[in-house]
Amino acid sequence: MMNLTSLNRGALFGAIVTLAASLLLTGCGKSSDSGKRTTVANIGSDTMVNLAAAWAEAYGSVDKTVLIEVNGGGSGVGIKGLINGTAELANSSRHMEDKEKAELKEKRQLDAKEYTIGFDALSIYVHKDNPLNEITMEQLGDIYRADGKITKWSELGVTAIPGAKGDEIIRVSRQNNSGTYEYFKEAVVGKKNEFKLGSLDMNGSKDVVELVGKTPNSIGYSGMGYANASVKMLKVAKKKGDPYVAPSIAATHDKSYPIARPMFFYTAGEPAPHLKKYIDWTMSADGQKLVADTGYVPLPQK
Amino acid sequence: MKSELTATGLNVAAPRRPSRGAFALFGERAIESLVYLCGISAIVFVFGIFFFVFKEGAPFLGKLNFAEFFFSKEWIPTSSVQPKYGIGALIVGTLSVTFLAMAIAVPFGLGAAVFVSEFCTGKVKETLKIVIELLAAIPSVVWGFIGLSVMSPVIIAVFHVPVGVNLFNAALLLALMSVPIMVSIGEDALKAVPDSYREASLALGATRWQMVYRVLIPAAKNGLLAAVLLGVGRAIGETMAVLMATGHAIKIPQSIFDPVRTLTATIAAELGETSQGSAHYQVLFLIGVVLFSITFVVNLAADLVVKGIKKK
Repeated sequence: MMNLTSLNRGALFGAIVTLAASLLLTGCGKSSDSGKRTTVANIGSDTMVNLAAAWAEAYGSVDKTVLIEVNGGGSGVGIKGLINGTAELANSSRHMEDKEKAELKEKRQLDAKEYTIGFDALSIYVHKDNPLNEITMEQLGDIYRADGKITKWSELGVTAIPGAKGDEIIRVSRQNNSGTYEYFKEAVVGKKNEFKLGSLDMNGSKDVVELVGKTPNSIGYSGMGYANASVKMLKVAKKKGDPYVAPSIAATHDKSYPIARPMFFYTAGEPAPHLKKYIDWTMSADGQKLVADTGYVPLPQK
Repeated sequence: MKSELTATGLNVAAPRRPSRGAFALFGERAIESLVYLCGISAIVFVFGIFFFVFKEGAPFLGKLNFAEFFFSKEWIPTSSVQPKYGIGALIVGTLSVTFLAMAIAVPFGLGAAVFVSEFCTGKVKETLKIVIELLAAIPSVVWGFIGLSVMSPVIIAVFHVPVGVNLFNAALLLALMSVPIMVSIGEDALKAVPDSYREASLALGATRWQMVYRVLIPAAKNGLLAAVLLGVGRAIGETMAVLMATGHAIKIPQSIFDPVRTLTATIAAELGETSQGSAHYQVLFLIGVVLFSITFVVNLAADLVVKGIKKK
């Protein structure tokens, strides 16, 4: 009986060895297979994540040896990744701060290299049934700023929004560490001012548009690429008396649309050849076509 | 070969018993200490987590203005001028959502538990139990999505309010999420009441309803209280659904249709992009400590209540 057990044990041991060996062999086979593909960790801005993912997917058929792995999290996360060395390519919808550049220099002895790869125009969204078509930056400031006076739609001359209950303006904003929030604060609220508390702080660009589309009383800001049939984009003027400009590609390039910003790639030092090739491709005609397809504003054609 | 095997097998059969006994003794000790480890691991983990959360937040304690922290409703942690760390509105948000959720969930949850355990049998009972458990299996992000896209327009249309993501929306979702827990635990508690109680009360001429509220509910109150408290725990700790359905607005609610913001949702929304070790990061961990303390107080209160009931 005991011997039988030991026999069984022997058999079991043999089986395990065989299994392990076969696993090891197949494992080796696999690793040499995938070893051909170089992966690039591409982390950063949530505003840019749709675009980055579209690029990464399309690039698979351009260069089969490179795999771009895209992750969001925010511009700050991407830049932090670059500093820590967990990202090779950072997506950022703002300029890298001097403090961050210094940190990169200190930690990795490398200078940040910046590439402008397209533009993002922040659209002002209202519900599709809202009769309002135009707004000035001053009015936007008064709606969103802490000491701003505008809290009711009637103060903007809007008396009846179909489906709306009451006159209150429901402000939709973003969580306080998103790049979009920072940019809107800089462009509309003012760097030295604060947002009026009590806005609905959504946790993503898409959620803002989703909520505005479901809430007739609301106003919100988000990337131009997130527009859908349930919302309307307002024309924006720098100040009263200036022309109202609709968010569009042309208006972004000639800088007549007041809430637009460039989008950047950052690398730590000179990029490796395979990464350089990818960056060049994103700026080519093929790459820039995807920028327009995903709702952002491509670079002006040279 | 085979005969030889049997022979040796027989040969060792005689001294086998004591050696096996020794092995069994050793095995038993090993298992015993393993079980002991499992038992105390819970304590180790709880203290470990508390220590870690506290350690991350502690450096800010010295700089913290406690009155402002607990009572101010100004939460502006990323201000470039003067950051303000007031979580008053967030505490009110968490408590109000939890309270409203429980006001909806407790009658439904305990009612359903009584119905499943006492009033229905056979196929109805089996179906109900399976469906209620399915309700518990829906991920919280799906609940949040339902709140944001489905319930929000309905609430605007039905209640004539300007915004559909609000206290009521989130409380309704949390109630739906905690009902399954209350039903399963409440049902177990009622099942644990001996049948002799039921028989005795029926024999005394009580109706079924009288039996339930005069005999079963008092007899099972510890278990039912535990069911309710687990529901409360679920409601306080829930993050994703409330992040999407409360409206996430820093505001002391004036009505149940005002948007609010909870402690958990604030941590979830802001911790990801906050640089490690910054004041904002440390304060978010302090919020974690506050949450921890709230749940600790709830559990402690429950323990004391249960003990008080026992003494009576």
